[in-house]
Amino acid sequence: MTDASLTGSSPSAGPQPQIKWGRVRQSRRVQDKILRVTATAATALSVFVLFWILGMLLWKGGQGISLDLFTKITPGPGTAGGGLLNAIVGSIVLTFLGIAIATPIGVMAGTYLAEYGRGSKLAEVVRFINDILLSAPSILIGLFVYVILVMPFRGYSGWAGSVALAIIALPVIVRTTEDMLRLVPNGLREAAAALGAPASVVIRQVCWRAAKAGIVTGILLALARIAGETAPLLFTALNNSFWFNWNLTGGISNLPVTIYAFASAPYDNWQQLAWAGALLITGAILILSIAARALINRK
Amino acid sequence: MSQMAVQEAPSAAAPKADAPVRIGVRNLDFYYGGFHALKDVSMNFGDREVTALIGPSGCGKSTLLRIFNRIYSLYPEQRATGEVMLDGRNILSPNIDINELRARIGMVFQKPTPFPMSIYDNCAFGMRLYEKLSKSELDDRVEQALRKAALWDEVKDKLKQSGMGLSGGQQQRMCIARTIAQQPDVILFDEPTSALDPISTGKIEELIEQLRADFTIVIVTHNMQQAARISQYTAFMYLGELIEFGPTTKIFMNPDQKRTLDYVTGRFG
Repeated sequence: MTDASLTGSSPSAGPQPQIKWGRVRQSRRVQDKILRVTATAATALSVFVLFWILGMLLWKGGQGISLDLFTKITPGPGTAGGGLLNAIVGSIVLTFLGIAIATPIGVMAGTYLAEYGRGSKLAEVVRFINDILLSAPSILIGLFVYVILVMPFRGYSGWAGSVALAIIALPVIVRTTEDMLRLVPNGLREAAAALGAPASVVIRQVCWRAAKAGIVTGILLALARIAGETAPLLFTALNNSFWFNWNLTGGISNLPVTIYAFASAPYDNWQQLAWAGALLITGAILILSIAARALINRK
Repeated sequence: MSQMAVQEAPSAAAPKADAPVRIGVRNLDFYYGGFHALKDVSMNFGDREVTALIGPSGCGKSTLLRIFNRIYSLYPEQRATGEVMLDGRNILSPNIDINELRARIGMVFQKPTPFPMSIYDNCAFGMRLYEKLSKSELDDRVEQALRKAALWDEVKDKLKQSGMGLSGGQQQRMCIARTIAQQPDVILFDEPTSALDPISTGKIEELIEQLRADFTIVIVTHNMQQAARISQYTAFMYLGELIEFGPTTKIFMNPDQKRTLDYVTGRFG
């Protein structure tokens, strides 16, 4: 830029052109206002609905939080009192069993996609199918497991429930594992290979370590996702109104199906327990999400 | 600038009289997919000498370096033809054990590459792969490597801390320690100081000077004063071809090729 052009554009040199007010047409101002008001209103509405749900849940569910909730099992029809102990324990067992099945498979498959299958046709197909599975309706997965694990064995079982939950968690874990491994810089792989490390050592000792926080976050998010799933359990684990026993070959009580059954029942104490159960699940998911966020922010 | 390069050249240590050949390159060509990146390169690298590869960006000097430990083999679309002899064996031949080769030929990269583990584990990484060492032997070798890399005094009290927490210059010296702990025959440096400040650069140059006693060293550098300071032999490359190769003093003071003179005096590149 020359000196002449610098001074030419400076405000001191020569008279400024007059800025005319009112050049922006009135209709544009109105359009701007309408857009701003509708966008704000839509945001307010969605936040309002969210807080309404949470508020109602806290209000109605909060009333049901008591020691009995955690120490007594689900009451029979027409029985007063009762708690959710068997459903809470059952849900925890089903959810963790589901994650225990899905984690090794998901991490391995994600590792294949990010490390071994780079650029291969097979990996592309697997990635595409995984994305479909990621958005598959959960009731479909429930039906699938019903056909392959409930019908042949003539009975609902905890195992079938865990498998259904594992199938829902699997694509989430595959996807996050692949994404997190792709974030590991290639220089790190080269540096490890340059020391003579075979691919298996590079992956296990360098790539997995570097991506650990991200992969664990993915597993936590998958855990949060399956903790509240109802549809796949309806066809598989079903329910059980007795004290939880470790025999996973029979139906198992769990929070989502208990909520589903109790909320539509005519007994006041059942409805109260359904609200309390919903609050428990929401709280658990909130805690998992916060843990996942904390993990990903910690560097 | 042009005068400086010429005047600094004689400070490099003189090459040993006819050092035995460690790496012999014959008619080497290299391809990135369809791109012909190295064209019919032939040269010898002397045992326990520092050889510098210089040339403008894209001339193929890093490519040449990446052939010596076959790190390019990680990428299926890259291939080399010709002959690279290391102690009597052609390392390009398909029946060479690539991992064993890489354990014998260490490499230090442009950017520090600390592994996400403790300083100690970083240094022990290579040794743990191929050697069965007792805890005390391992401790010894880690300490020796860190001392040689001039890092021991700075990290001896925090060996269990993560290697990622060190400064850039310290990380690079840790990567050098990691490489020499494995006791390779050859060390390849790919612009090891281009991401570092002058003080760290000075430390690493001193280090390379000392490592020459034990290792054959090949270094790629963009910094001509650096090549003049630390190498005994210099190769000037341009557009995938080896233009001139000889003792560093000759390349910087009195090259045969006009293109070499133009480059080392800063007239192009």
